[in-house]
Amino acid sequence: MRATLGVSSAHDEEWAMKTLTEKILSRASGRDVSPGDVVEVGVDLVAFHDLTGYHVLEVMEKVGVKRAFKPEGVVIALDHLVPPPDVRSAEIQQAIRRFARELKLPNFHEVGYGILHQVLVENYVMPGQVVIAADSHASTSGALGAFAQGMGASDVAAATITGRTWLTVPQPFKIVFEGRPRQWITGKEVSLEILRAFKADYFVGMSIEVFVEEPSSFPMDYRLTVANMGVEMNADALMFAPDEETSRYLRETRGVSISKFEGVNPRAKYVDEYSIKLDDVDFLVAAPSSVDNVKGVREVSDVEVDVVFIGSCTGGRLSDLEIAAKIMKGKKAKTRCIVVPASWRTFRRALELGYVQALVEAGCVVTYGTCGPCIGGHFGVLGPGEVAVSTSNRNFVGRMGSPQSKVYLSGPAVAAATAVLGRVAEPGEVL
Amino acid sequence: MIVEGRVIKLGDKIDTDVIIPAKHLKSTDPRYLAQHVFEPIDPEFYKKARGAIIVAGKVFGMGSSREQAAIAIKAAGVRAVVAESFARIFYRNAINNGLPAIVCPNITSEVRDGDLITVNVETGEVKVGDKILKGKGIDGMALEILKAGGLIEYLKKLQRGSQG
Repeated sequence: MRATLGVSSAHDEEWAMKTLTEKILSRASGRDVSPGDVVEVGVDLVAFHDLTGYHVLEVMEKVGVKRAFKPEGVVIALDHLVPPPDVRSAEIQQAIRRFARELKLPNFHEVGYGILHQVLVENYVMPGQVVIAADSHASTSGALGAFAQGMGASDVAAATITGRTWLTVPQPFKIVFEGRPRQWITGKEVSLEILRAFKADYFVGMSIEVFVEEPSSFPMDYRLTVANMGVEMNADALMFAPDEETSRYLRETRGVSISKFEGVNPRAKYVDEYSIKLDDVDFLVAAPSSVDNVKGVREVSDVEVDVVFIGSCTGGRLSDLEIAAKIMKGKKAKTRCIVVPASWRTFRRALELGYVQALVEAGCVVTYGTCGPCIGGHFGVLGPGEVAVSTSNRNFVGRMGSPQSKVYLSGPAVAAATAVLGRVAEPGEVL
Repeated sequence: MIVEGRVIKLGDKIDTDVIIPAKHLKSTDPRYLAQHVFEPIDPEFYKKARGAIIVAGKVFGMGSSREQAAIAIKAAGVRAVVAESFARIFYRNAINNGLPAIVCPNITSEVRDGDLITVNVETGEVKVGDKILKGKGIDGMALEILKAGGLIEYLKKLQRGSQG
């Protein structure tokens, strides 16, 4: 920590001009960093799930070290192939359970507790931390103002053992959110708008820092979706500058109060800046088979749809279920419709608020947190020629099943309207 | 560190679901993974991969953190991947598994499928016929990991070093 004891110096001024990315990585590395530096950093949280976790354990075994840098620094959630659809998946989960027990890891979460990234933000991540997970959507934790990166199993094994990793300090890029989104426009539409404007290759080597001008206009659920989609933008990291909404979320979900935020000087040096007028963001989809193949819903409204999936670490939060339930209430789904809340806590709250009831009566299948359909793993794998609309994150060839299936990515309102009409639709068409 | 091979040319935004679909992720066995590399776009890919160098456009390896993507490409016998840019996680996974990954701007407009190319991993120079393209070499700790054959071997060496 920096203690200046009231003595102003050139160094303090230099510090004040740093971006959020530089401040977090300077603290974590113990030296003043600049973009492009390759630095070794201390890690606050290391996380993995079943489908990468067994690989992490294999790497540890091959290296010959089975250790956690600190037991409470390791977060595990069984979320990918859960509940196990086959014996191999069950074996993988048994191995991870044994590991967690042996090392006495207090932050191990069983099948059904939730998808890892949602579990992390609901329980552990704090602004300013460095979070590493063996899953690309680790970027989600950036919504709370953490520097969060996905890494492969070998890197995560090394970080689990040592509590350290190396990385290249990215070039910070500033995005300002102005105004407030129209009804049922969520973080998903805003993410697709960014991908439409910049394409999926623009942000390589950069960290996106988002500043929300009116913090309450863009709630944490939406921020989590944008940070989650940061990896689809191929940004090195995406983080929201902590503000009143960050402290509201931490207080209401975790009972944690943060008294002040790390400010960023308006003159801090970014590689570039961009503003989004939230009021102008429209209902959008990413058409097959690329996340940046973004189109207005009206351009594809003749596409007939077999399956709608509302769920995942991208689009399975309470606000997603709320919007879907409000649109589908009292109606019947024409498509098959699978709904997967991102966590047990989300599921329970959706039950209390009547969203699950509305969705089930509309004909949806609702189950607890699993990554199954999003990765073409189980619980709704697509067959040849099938078309899906999904609130998840990727529409690559074969992502959700057969290479001959097609996936359109959308927000929850478009997904729900599509389920009702059986073709890609805007919510206004069913209300 | 010099590698030579004939080019298999791919496009922009080659993602990890295409490199190795999630249904194969319950294994880390290189021989198994090699047989399924690029399965969604070309189920026979592994038969022509041995000794080749993949040349691709922007953000090669985008998508998931699955390390099997790098393992599968390496195990199929691909000697290096040269791309205009890489997804951050794939790039690390490649180095961590001993697969050279070289950034070389405009490579796709200078190289054709089947060309014989020579890549200097340390300087980043790519030789195509009489032409030399300037890419970004690998140095520092990344080079040491690559030379050791990957992160596991590198960490083992460190362990032995600290014990000796």
